[in-house]
Amino acid sequence: MIEQLKEFLSYDFVRSALIAGSLAAILGAVVGYFVVIRKVGFAAHALAHVGFTGATGAALFGISPLNGMLAISLVAGAMMGVFGNRLHRSEIAIGMVLSVCLGVGTLFLTLYSGFAGQASAILFGNIFGVSEQQIIQIAYLSAASLGTLCVFSRKLLFASIQPDLAEARGVSLSMLSMVFMVILAVSVTLASQVVGILLVFTLIIGPAGIAARLFRGFWSGTAASVGIALAAVWSGILLACATNWPPSFWITGILFVLYLAVEIICRFVLRTER
Amino acid sequence: MTPALSIVDAGVRLGGLDILRAVNAEIAPGEFIGIFGPNGAGKSTLIRCILGLAPLVSGTISIFGVPAGRANRMIGYMPQSRVSLEGTALSARSMVAAVAAGDRWGLPWSGRALRAEVERAIELAGVEEYADRPFAVLSGGERQRVGLAQALLGTPQLLLLDEPLASLDPRNQMLLIERVAEIKKTTRTTILFTAHDVNPLLGVMDRVLYIAGGEAAIGSLDEVITSEALSHLYKTEIRVIRVEGNIFIIAAEGGVIEAARHD
Repeated sequence: MIEQLKEFLSYDFVRSALIAGSLAAILGAVVGYFVVIRKVGFAAHALAHVGFTGATGAALFGISPLNGMLAISLVAGAMMGVFGNRLHRSEIAIGMVLSVCLGVGTLFLTLYSGFAGQASAILFGNIFGVSEQQIIQIAYLSAASLGTLCVFSRKLLFASIQPDLAEARGVSLSMLSMVFMVILAVSVTLASQVVGILLVFTLIIGPAGIAARLFRGFWSGTAASVGIALAAVWSGILLACATNWPPSFWITGILFVLYLAVEIICRFVLRTER
Repeated sequence: MTPALSIVDAGVRLGGLDILRAVNAEIAPGEFIGIFGPNGAGKSTLIRCILGLAPLVSGTISIFGVPAGRANRMIGYMPQSRVSLEGTALSARSMVAAVAAGDRWGLPWSGRALRAEVERAIELAGVEEYADRPFAVLSGGERQRVGLAQALLGTPQLLLLDEPLASLDPRNQMLLIERVAEIKKTTRTTILFTAHDVNPLLGVMDRVLYIAGGEAAIGSLDEVITSEALSHLYKTEIRVIRVEGNIFIIAAEGGVIEAARHD
């Protein structure tokens, strides 16, 4: 087994996948913890859908899908941040906007013939296809996002836990919400490089949701979230090598089984549910 | 002596409606004021004005001589909105720690001084016993005391408690009121406590601020909660009936405005 592991690690594309996967996992896990306590999981999902249009449209203009998705989800994220509270009350509007985004994305796919084969890569991830240049870009993006999050995290935690009190203490809720949505847009874009647009939810919500369910402190919760995300991505990529099944399947599968186990433990063993 | 809170001719307009017109009140340091009035009368709006979150169209509000404005560190505030963190195990202590100096930049890391401050607030609010349990599994009354601990961070001199009794059973209402009364006694904090019903607070209030019809009356219980004074505020005939130490406020045409059992 160790021999096999060594063999996998001798391939460049496996090492690249592990590096890119780790970067996306770390950022997703930290941002995800805030997504869970702010209850904006839906926004993560929505940003990924909007990103599809960017990724497919990019090809038409000769831009890389990563850049196309990043650009459009940043704009969408900033808008969601600005309109924040009003969005919660307009499910239908959001649903319509998301569907039209996917629709336009499909049109872009058709217009750019020869690109259609890439559709499944965008939708379900293509972690073994990341180039060195992409890894460098992913590293920069995650470092910038984590850095920004460090600067804002104290205010963000306060505003997430007691928004009214935070406002009274002079914390700007709308500014924080916008900054956070922009960071979320970057995380969603990076996570979609690993598991694809349709499965982004697992990597952003999965590890953080499991960790938040188990740990009573902010720091322990965030650390556990990062640990779970890295473990899932690494084992997912290596299992994919061993089985030839897609890494997205393994990563979502591992996180789902973990989630189920934690739910069962919390509900029936620890009885932390009232 | 500078009053803890001075409200002079304060008027508030929201969405083209006059919510409050010419409200006047002067509150001395260390007073416990109960704020009452029907739903939508402007109790929470007045609180928001004191916090500097809602603008006045006329008049002034000052806190220990300082005009009302955002981020006033002299004020502790317990908002009406309830926090829910279902599905997370975040403990009560973490919830209080997250609020401590939460307006600073950087990582949410608490040094020794902040941790001591968190413990002080937790003790003062009576949260020690369940501080390490997940907030999501606490009862309504326990959660409210976590909110009280959050409001007590930073040793405020004026404590604004917005409807802390809402949706609590009578026993938990009494426990919370006793706790607040004790905080008043030990810290000499001025307390503004909004509530729906006068009765649970009868033993602990120093004075009453009653808001109705855009106006407010302040004074002792016997001055403000009378048929005459309330009829004047409501601009309709109101009867105040006292039965066995309880107060019932009833519109003359029928319909109880406020009534509750008081053990």
